[in-house]
Amino acid sequence: MGRFSIPMKTIRENLRETFSEGIDTHGLLNVFKKELADHFSSYRFVILFILIAMVSLISTYMTGVGLREELEGIAKPKFVFLMIFTSTRGWFSLVQFVAFFGPLIGLVLGFDSINREKSAGTMSKLVSQPIYRDSIINGKFLAGITTIAIMLVAIVLVISGLGLRVLGVVPGIEEVWRIIIYLIISIIYVSFWLGISMLFSILFRSIATSALASIGAWILFWLFIPFMAGIVANAAAPIPASGAARETIIRKVRIQEGVSLSSPMKLYSDATATIIHPTQKTTRFSLPAGPLEELLSARFQNPLRLSQSILVVWPYIVSLIAITLVCFGFSYAVFMRQEIRPI
Amino acid sequence: MDTQTVIETNDLTKYYAQQAAVDGLNLQVQEGEIFGFLGPNGAGKTTTILMLLGLTEPSKGEARVCGFNPTREPIKVKRLVGYLPEDVGFYRDMTARENLQYVARLNHIPDEISSAKIREALEIVELSAEAEKKVGAFSRGMSQRLGIAEVLIKDPKICFLDEPTLGLDPDGAIRMIELIQSLTRDRNITMLISSHNLDQVQRISHRVGIMIKGKLVAMGPMEDLAKEKLGVGKKKYTLEEIYMKYFYEV
Repeated sequence: MGRFSIPMKTIRENLRETFSEGIDTHGLLNVFKKELADHFSSYRFVILFILIAMVSLISTYMTGVGLREELEGIAKPKFVFLMIFTSTRGWFSLVQFVAFFGPLIGLVLGFDSINREKSAGTMSKLVSQPIYRDSIINGKFLAGITTIAIMLVAIVLVISGLGLRVLGVVPGIEEVWRIIIYLIISIIYVSFWLGISMLFSILFRSIATSALASIGAWILFWLFIPFMAGIVANAAAPIPASGAARETIIRKVRIQEGVSLSSPMKLYSDATATIIHPTQKTTRFSLPAGPLEELLSARFQNPLRLSQSILVVWPYIVSLIAITLVCFGFSYAVFMRQEIRPI
Repeated sequence: MDTQTVIETNDLTKYYAQQAAVDGLNLQVQEGEIFGFLGPNGAGKTTTILMLLGLTEPSKGEARVCGFNPTREPIKVKRLVGYLPEDVGFYRDMTARENLQYVARLNHIPDEISSAKIREALEIVELSAEAEKKVGAFSRGMSQRLGIAEVLIKDPKICFLDEPTLGLDPDGAIRMIELIQSLTRDRNITMLISSHNLDQVQRISHRVGIMIKGKLVAMGPMEDLAKEKLGVGKKKYTLEEIYMKYFYEV
């Protein structure tokens, strides 16, 4: 019998048993509860949480104070509360911060989730208990997502509270909804990084290697993809020093945007920018065709309705969910096929 | 199948990249016996145990553990079988009691029942005083005994013990051996012990199986094997002599 066919049969057997006897919620729940307790009691979580909370609070305070001074004596613009999340004021906004450092949360929570258990000998113990093997990986992933959700919700709530105090403005119902959607997108985004790091912890036996691979993936998506997007766009639509036609410039920008979208960071930044910035009407680059178009666009500066903003970013949200599921699905398949031997 | 036979394999085979790790294994273990499972490193003992637990699928043949097929009904098998691997792992930042409680929960044992079971299991392995200590501070001997306690939590019918005395000092090894004997005697737990320590296996086993290069070359009571291979009778042999005879023949 070929080597490849044996583990495939195991997956089939596992799935058949799972569906014939129902989902193993008992095993899943117990693994989930233990993992959640582990995350919240670990030093790495506490350090990460304090770091992120500290940076967010300082950034929010500076933004809030700056906005309050600017808006003194004038009518407050619409969606002023959301500016707390988007204004930079010499540092960086919360949205930028989560886009850049959010991956660290996911990576830190997952890079040793499986190989640590293997090297400690606890994985062979777990799989010899009367629970389905997928309960282990599902429980770990769900516990990671829950930790991420609790962390992000806590930070956004603290920031909102501080914003309320500093700005003295109560958010409108639409602003609250936009913040909730922003949170959901952020949780999906950080979960993608959790999925990536869990995949590495399944693929590599050494914890150091999986940590290195996780950081490598972060650097790849952060630095190399935008860099590659520029190179590809330059090669496909070169712009001479003497200038180029409007079509060439648009083509170049479109290619650059297209390649950049292979990075989850770009997907996340575009999706959240449109949700949290109601006046942003597209995630794409736009170049007015002429003076009349510029005049028209200036006249219609009203913010988008929430439903319209969601429509604009919907493909981005779906893409983020899809890459997260693909990543977890791959981890799941590899984990189910691996033979867990005692060390 | 004989009702007394709790482990039975029929032509059980496992290939890794065309290499047979276990080759046509036909094994029977009776209820309530201590079965010494012997063989050099790489003989296929651990692979056999993994197949009997449903943790890896046989390439050919089949196994029955308490009447269940481990490949098709792994959960039913795991409910009845306790497994103590060679290097037993624990969550080092959890106490002994917390480790046992986690295993009890995974075995569908409610907390109100498991607390009494945990207390009893820790008493049996003489670790009651260390119940609230973190496992990270345990010696190897204590960890091995805690491993036995963990196995006992689920009231198993069969235990697979992989090198249970490896790395233990003489006192620890003797205590472990006595513990294994008492569990079989008092609770009728069938033990399958994989070990390289032939003296200890000879002391406690009712029957032995010798596996070399993936094949089971001998199986039966030690007296029968001694008579067959060494031509000597009762008490005039050591298991080491029998084992080496088979080893050199293969």
